[in-house]
Amino acid sequence: MAESAHATHGDHHEQSFFIKYLWSTDHKIIGMQYLFTGMFMALIGGFFAYAFRMQLAFPGLDIPGWGTMTPPNYNALVTNHGTIMIFWVAMPVLIAAFGNFLIPLMIGCDDMVFPRLNRLSYQVFLLSTLVLLASFFVPGGAFGGAWTAYPPLSAQATYNLTPWGAPLWLLAVALEFAAFLMGGINFITTTMNSRAPGMKMHDIPMVVWMIVLASIIFMLSVGPLFAGAIMLFFDQVLGTGFFDPARGGDPVLWQHMFWFFGHPEVYVVLLPAMGIVIDIITVFARKKFFAYKVVLYTTFAAGVASFTVWAHHQFIAGIDPRMAHIFTVTTLMISVPIAVIVFCSIATLYGGSIRFTTPMLWALAFIFEFLLGGVTGIYLGAAGADIYFHDSYFVLAHFHYTFFPIAIIGTFAAVTYWFPKMFGRHMNETLGKIHFWGTVIPFNLIFIPLFILGLAGQHRRIYNFSMYPDLAKPEFQDLRVLATVSLIVMLAFQFVFLFNFFASMIKGRKAEKNPYDANTLEWTTESPPPHGNWKELPSVYRGPYEYSVPGRADDFWPQNEPS
Amino acid sequence: MSEEHTHHPNYVKIWAILVVLLVISVTGPMIGIKWVTLFTAFGIAIVKAYMVVVNFMHIGATRRFVPYLVVTCLLFMFLFFAGVAPDVMKADGENWSKPSWLEAQAQAALEGDHPH
Amino acid sequence: MRPVATTRSATGMPTARLAVWWLIASEVVIFGGLLASYIMHRLAHDAWSVQAAYTNTWIGAFNTLVLLTSSLTAVLGHKAADEGDGERAAKMLGFTMLGGVTFLVVKAFEWTIEIQHGFTITSNTFWSFYYSAAGLHALHVLAGVVVMGIVAASARKNEELHRVELIGLYWHFVDIVWIFLFPLLYIAK
Repeated sequence: MAESAHATHGDHHEQSFFIKYLWSTDHKIIGMQYLFTGMFMALIGGFFAYAFRMQLAFPGLDIPGWGTMTPPNYNALVTNHGTIMIFWVAMPVLIAAFGNFLIPLMIGCDDMVFPRLNRLSYQVFLLSTLVLLASFFVPGGAFGGAWTAYPPLSAQATYNLTPWGAPLWLLAVALEFAAFLMGGINFITTTMNSRAPGMKMHDIPMVVWMIVLASIIFMLSVGPLFAGAIMLFFDQVLGTGFFDPARGGDPVLWQHMFWFFGHPEVYVVLLPAMGIVIDIITVFARKKFFAYKVVLYTTFAAGVASFTVWAHHQFIAGIDPRMAHIFTVTTLMISVPIAVIVFCSIATLYGGSIRFTTPMLWALAFIFEFLLGGVTGIYLGAAGADIYFHDSYFVLAHFHYTFFPIAIIGTFAAVTYWFPKMFGRHMNETLGKIHFWGTVIPFNLIFIPLFILGLAGQHRRIYNFSMYPDLAKPEFQDLRVLATVSLIVMLAFQFVFLFNFFASMIKGRKAEKNPYDANTLEWTTESPPPHGNWKELPSVYRGPYEYSVPGRADDFWPQNEPS
Repeated sequence: MSEEHTHHPNYVKIWAILVVLLVISVTGPMIGIKWVTLFTAFGIAIVKAYMVVVNFMHIGATRRFVPYLVVTCLLFMFLFFAGVAPDVMKADGENWSKPSWLEAQAQAALEGDHPH
Repeated sequence: MRPVATTRSATGMPTARLAVWWLIASEVVIFGGLLASYIMHRLAHDAWSVQAAYTNTWIGAFNTLVLLTSSLTAVLGHKAADEGDGERAAKMLGFTMLGGVTFLVVKAFEWTIEIQHGFTITSNTFWSFYYSAAGLHALHVLAGVVVMGIVAASARKNEELHRVELIGLYWHFVDIVWIFLFPLLYIAK
């Protein structure tokens, strides 16, 4: 890495380790920082899942690696599993890590437009990570009021019994939002202003579009929750009554603020994963992406529509029933644009010459599993059905069938696909496939039992089912054990990935510039790209998906090749 | 680099209009009619904000998507208000019972401390 | 050495100005969420007008005048920067900072008096909103003053003159937030 950097930029003098890797303004290094922080947090979130799943399957057991699970422990682990997996894994990896790494490379420029703001964004994110982790070591322990933090439970220490944990949790989330606002402004302005000469609106690769649209949706939806976080913080720390009905406040207001952000947030993490999948599918199907413009404008529509569906999370919160009708209709409507995007991805496969590489497997698994998640969502979007399903394991399983494909499968697709560009070496395909099947099969075996349990009436947020005769039946307990064992198997297979990842980084086969014969600009520079990305910044002459163009000798046509 | 040089109107004149509007919005409530107060307070606030955005921030001289962006943000806030207000503002009815609100309002009515 | 990325302008709009508008957009929804919550509570609680009657319209009006005037000097600074007169731009930013500081000092006295009369952030949810909204705004004023000091220091040396316009944009936005806070918290009683 160092040699090529010196060859291209002679004026660069030797940088110390600190400057180069920890104080860098280079978008690639910052992307790596986000990636590794996100991976670290994923291990923590996964460990939490292991600990509380063990408690559910074998209540009262001394859990290996954790010890005795007390009810406050259980609440804190469930809460922080959710918080970490969404705010400290899905967002930093999918948006921040790949946004930072890919946007300048894919639009053909040498860095972000605000490199120092970018560095600050990661530093604030790191601070938020430390604050969240610190909340486990304060008197009273970590916050345990669910990742949605509904008041009055979250607002008053007399209820949640975490006088330090709850405000620290809130502070960490608010800091994380601030970091992503800074990062988001950077992504949006970079893509708007710093594209390579010739790259017009419809020449931008889908993954860049999706990350930028996700940043915009995030920015426009997070405002009320940011204000709400201030209000909740004052409730916790100063004793105000914003969410206390006895003092003129309203707890439902927090639910609205949370979900006004929380639902668009689903699309914030979905869109980058979708973009990653689209890019991978076109490369390995050797086919032009089906209906680029339709998908692009559909995504705009989905982004706007995502602001109109939030209250479907609150059907049993005592909201106005007339509003529940409206939100049912909008929720069912938003499945249309999402279906369009998914079906256009499937249509891209038709008639292609498909290569089943590891990233392609992940991309296909994303579509398959996400469809299942989407279809089960239809039941929950309709108020009539949701009143019965609400707060059951059906909701939990549905949620994981959407977020696991997004945050885990999408991430593995991206990591395996761009690994040669990031580290200049190939990952091992055999290990990659072992890891793929070892993750996807157990994933279904975890959550299909939970669907069944949910339909049988199993409520979420229960620490020990043996206390409830109706739910403690042996056939139910067997399903819980199946889910937990599958989880342990899945977590075990992640070590295959970690081994493959770090071993390939050191000893993998050297990667050439363009190992997949792909069109987009990041494949026209060295692997890994030097500081400054290109010796001479590229110009763009065509769209990103010109594969198998009739009459050409090659089945690909790089964006920077003059016709 | 810049698209064009910003046209600079007579800023002092605009400032003077803003100050006059401020005086109207302060004196409006003195008439004591509720709708006049609401108009002089919020109608004039909107006019003042519009004048600042157009004349001081030069929103007309930027690319068109900037005003669209700002308007979109405002529309989303109206959407937020429309979706939330029916729940927050409901203080009675079977499922919306908020006795403390009703008590407080009854108290205020009793005290007769109601300016309107 | 600045990256080439910072010098490109595919939209035809300087990147920095573009970014400030996105920043303003993100702030619109933060203040929008807070004020929308306040408005719906205020409409639902007629009883709050008893509390609102204690806010001092004259202090609020004076602070509005201060902010409007500081916006004027900010935009005059922008004009001076466009004409290449860094010294005058810095001077105008200095006046704007003075306005910001005046605003904060007046605010400090106003709050001191109110707290001494027992109207604290916890005494009533009206006052909770009052202190939260005005306090968040005051933090923006403070941040604006600090950043403006940095911009003015470089503008004095005729460097980075385009920044004068950018901090001005932000300042006008803070002014507009106050234009709405003033009737919401002081006039509507």
